[in-house]
Amino acid sequence: MTTDHPAQAAPGPASGLVLPQYERPAGVHPPLDSPDYRSTGLRHPKEPLVLLPHLLTEVTGPVLGDGRVTKDDADLTQWDGGEALGQRIVVRGRVLDSDGRAVPDTLVEIWQANAGGRYRHLRDQWPAPLDPHFNGVGRVVSDSLGRYEFTTIKPGAYPWKNHHNAWRPAHIHFSLFGRAFTQRLVTQMYFEDDPLFFQDPIFNSIPDEKARQGLISRFDYEATQPEWALAFSWDIVLRGSGATYFETEDVDADDE
Amino acid sequence: MPTTSDGRPGLTASQTVGPYLAIGLTWEHGEEAVDPGTPGAVTVSGTLYDGEGVPIPDGMVEIWQAHPDGRFHHPDDPRGVAEAPPGFRGFARAQTVDGGRWSVLTLVPGAVPGPDGTTQAPHLDLSVFARGLLDRVVTRVYFPEHAGVAGPGGHAEDRVLAAVPAHRRHTLVAQQVDGGYRFDIRLQGENETVFFDI
Ligand SMILES: [Fe+2]
Repeated sequence: MTTDHPAQAAPGPASGLVLPQYERPAGVHPPLDSPDYRSTGLRHPKEPLVLLPHLLTEVTGPVLGDGRVTKDDADLTQWDGGEALGQRIVVRGRVLDSDGRAVPDTLVEIWQANAGGRYRHLRDQWPAPLDPHFNGVGRVVSDSLGRYEFTTIKPGAYPWKNHHNAWRPAHIHFSLFGRAFTQRLVTQMYFEDDPLFFQDPIFNSIPDEKARQGLISRFDYEATQPEWALAFSWDIVLRGSGATYFETEDVDADDE
Repeated sequence: MPTTSDGRPGLTASQTVGPYLAIGLTWEHGEEAVDPGTPGAVTVSGTLYDGEGVPIPDGMVEIWQAHPDGRFHHPDDPRGVAEAPPGFRGFARAQTVDGGRWSVLTLVPGAVPGPDGTTQAPHLDLSVFARGLLDRVVTRVYFPEHAGVAGPGGHAEDRVLAAVPAHRRHTLVAQQVDGGYRFDIRLQGENETVFFDI
């Protein structure tokens, strides 16, 4: 890792210490109080949040990956001596910050339902079958250009009890660390043209239309693997400094 | 990927971890920020409560903190990348599967430089994730033995604590218990924990 931050000098962040500062997104993340998603009712703070300046603990973060991730963790289609059922897909993209810089060497964790929409979890008991060869968990570390790639199965939609006849659109859960505590992000990736978006209060909790669209992966014919897998691309953008920064590397030129 | 009006990549929005976070976010020894048996290791544990005081059994807590000498193993610490003490990672995650209870094992951090030449009292940054939380909520854990310290390293000089209304500051201070500290987290209601806009 290098210290190549544009070093947005925050006014006096620490005596003599210049720290990177991260933008504070307005209108991107869902409000914690989102009544259409009923579980938010008793779980959102009612007191005002207190502004936390970006000091040393906030601009640093854990360096994770080595020892947590093996090569097999990028492939969810093989488990317990057999192959998972369903449509095999590649999910790939880049982890960037909002300044346009790659976020390399960062842990990306995913989990998802199987092709029938069932999670391998004690509390998921709806009558769709478990797949003996799918456990639904994957991990990779982004490469030097911030790229990540998984091979998995397209997850199914599943019902939940939030409202009458409620169904979650097909999605994959993502968890990312970035390089600083400020950049920690847990989110969900969706698929284009899902007919269930209209009634999903979790997807629709994001107030901004553009930000909602940002959670939808794109079918990527170029990344499909002939005789093997369809492909979807999805870039993940973590908070940057808010300053304009353009990467000098030509990322596309490095693509196969 | 959507872009903002000035052409920058648009931030990816947060979504809830949902009820099945244990599938994707379980790590072997994940709750250990330091190896068990390390001299000075303490537990920090508590219960996560909802607005009716009911424990939340499907949440997760993560901590991040300085080393016992107040340094970080990180390139953005302008004092330089510090080697962590043996067996120490500074990061841990714990699920609240045990009736809302969570517990991590760590070392008490050192004081950390703050704004304008002040010193921040030793603290953990703590994130809470759960079904029903569409974004993480962030708080800090302070330690009771630093409450009465005058000057650098004490609570009185800490600018972050100073920004918290005085009558709510107690929600950020752990209690000393056998083997470590107790830090209950109340997402809502009476004695709601102070959460930060990070
Ligand atoms: Fe889900």
